[in-house]
Amino acid sequence: MLNKYDILETIRMIQDECLDIRTITMGISLLDCIDPDIDKACEKVYNKITSKAENLVSVGQKIEKEYGIPIIHKRISVTPIAMIAAACKGESPVKFALALQKAADTCGVNFIGGYSALVQKGFSAGDIELIKSIPEALSITENICSSVNVGSTRTGINMDAVKLMGEIIKESALKTADRNCIAPAKLVVFCNAPEDNPFMAGAFHGVGEPDCVINVGVSGPGVVRSALSKYPDASIDEVANIIKKTAFKITRMGQLVGSKASEMLGVPFGIVDLSLAPTPAVGDSVAHILETMGLETCGTHGTTAALALLNDAVKKGGVMASSHIGGLSGAFIPVSEDAGMIDAAIDGTLKLEKLEAMTAVCSVGLDMIAVPGDITPATISAIIADEAAIGMVNNKTTAVRLIPAIGKKEGDMLEFGGLLGSGPVMSVNNKSAEKFISRGGRIPAPMHSIKN
Amino acid sequence: MMKAVITVIGKDNVGILNKVSGICAERHANVIEVTQSVLHDMFAMIMLVDISKLDGDFSELVDKLNILGEQLGLSIHTMHEDIFNSMHKI
Repeated sequence: MLNKYDILETIRMIQDECLDIRTITMGISLLDCIDPDIDKACEKVYNKITSKAENLVSVGQKIEKEYGIPIIHKRISVTPIAMIAAACKGESPVKFALALQKAADTCGVNFIGGYSALVQKGFSAGDIELIKSIPEALSITENICSSVNVGSTRTGINMDAVKLMGEIIKESALKTADRNCIAPAKLVVFCNAPEDNPFMAGAFHGVGEPDCVINVGVSGPGVVRSALSKYPDASIDEVANIIKKTAFKITRMGQLVGSKASEMLGVPFGIVDLSLAPTPAVGDSVAHILETMGLETCGTHGTTAALALLNDAVKKGGVMASSHIGGLSGAFIPVSEDAGMIDAAIDGTLKLEKLEAMTAVCSVGLDMIAVPGDITPATISAIIADEAAIGMVNNKTTAVRLIPAIGKKEGDMLEFGGLLGSGPVMSVNNKSAEKFISRGGRIPAPMHSIKN
Repeated sequence: MMKAVITVIGKDNVGILNKVSGICAERHANVIEVTQSVLHDMFAMIMLVDISKLDGDFSELVDKLNILGEQLGLSIHTMHEDIFNSMHKI
């Protein structure tokens, strides 16, 4: 018989501590949709997505009901569109973005990710065209997400792509200045991008993946915070153990939902991404976990150490709970999506430089950060280069999702609403990196990339 | 045997157990085990039911019990037992 305390604990986690499955993401390969005629290719893309993901939303809802666990998003990731668009010479890849949007509407999913290009070592056919079309594609669609991988530990950093992405992010913000600059919130610049990530905006379906696969992203910062708050005087070793135990439980739920979804959809189960993904809702904050550990405000000295402990314990607890883990797996620190981070940034305790240090020890990177609208493309590129360097040298995924808040200055608020939340415009160092960025070329891969 | 766990939490009242088990009987969900306690006016019940011979879809039973919960002002959760097994057993 089940233990009644276990039953009540599960219910409390879901009801009071915002435990949920953040996303079931179906990865779909579009490699068999390549066609030199762009209209035919778009039709194939639409048909493949809508046939594979026809039941994704209804199956998600059925599981939600059966297990009583909220599944917040149902999403799709696809093969990087640059690879599909490469065959359509002289055509604008934006047509693919529209085809994806139409497919998203038909399937009823929240997002489709994969308007992407992988250019860590250089640009191949279709890559430049796709990257240049990102501002338009993101401004005329609602539910399409884009990502560009500009570096990796193995290849170094493509500084031409870094320069270009600074311009693309600025242009995307300008194009949607009347809609709270929403376009760059759907655009991520990666170093070491994972190919099986279920989380947006960086999800895409890597070429080494099967034709169709189910990946699951779990959430639950509130559960970890609540577990820790019961032990205010525990030593750091005990804190790590409490986090591990909680992460195990959260991940087991992801494993159950993922395997059930894969069985019901007849699609192989890929991975559980055991991330702690915050939402702006009260009690669902990663910053509050760090504060529960004993920091007055997230961003003060000690934050990096506390985050490193959290990130490591989440992985250790989760790894045994799932047959395959993957994606980003770690703690997320998106500023505008985390109530505690928002407060710490408004308060001035949490600054861009500290966030950069934090990204060296947790999952992903500078995420959902509003910067002044007059920021230059070169400064954005320089921020991307710094972040990519951290990822390259530390053998980890890093990413940048900055939102230039057009017409706003430091201290103003930028509101997105929903899961994207809202955030204060944060201060950026305004000394120029223009000369460094304009050199172009590629930062060589670090010594430890030569492992064979 | 497929089992589900029904939990009922809220202010104590006459006939809660009767109403919940009534819906279970109506849907052919066989009650296997019940634990209940009343503490300071708060009623808490955990019921284990066999849903392998269920009349209709499991989600219909969930809906019915949710409606009952709303009517009585109680928090009723009906969940497949797998979620508890996977979370709490290695």
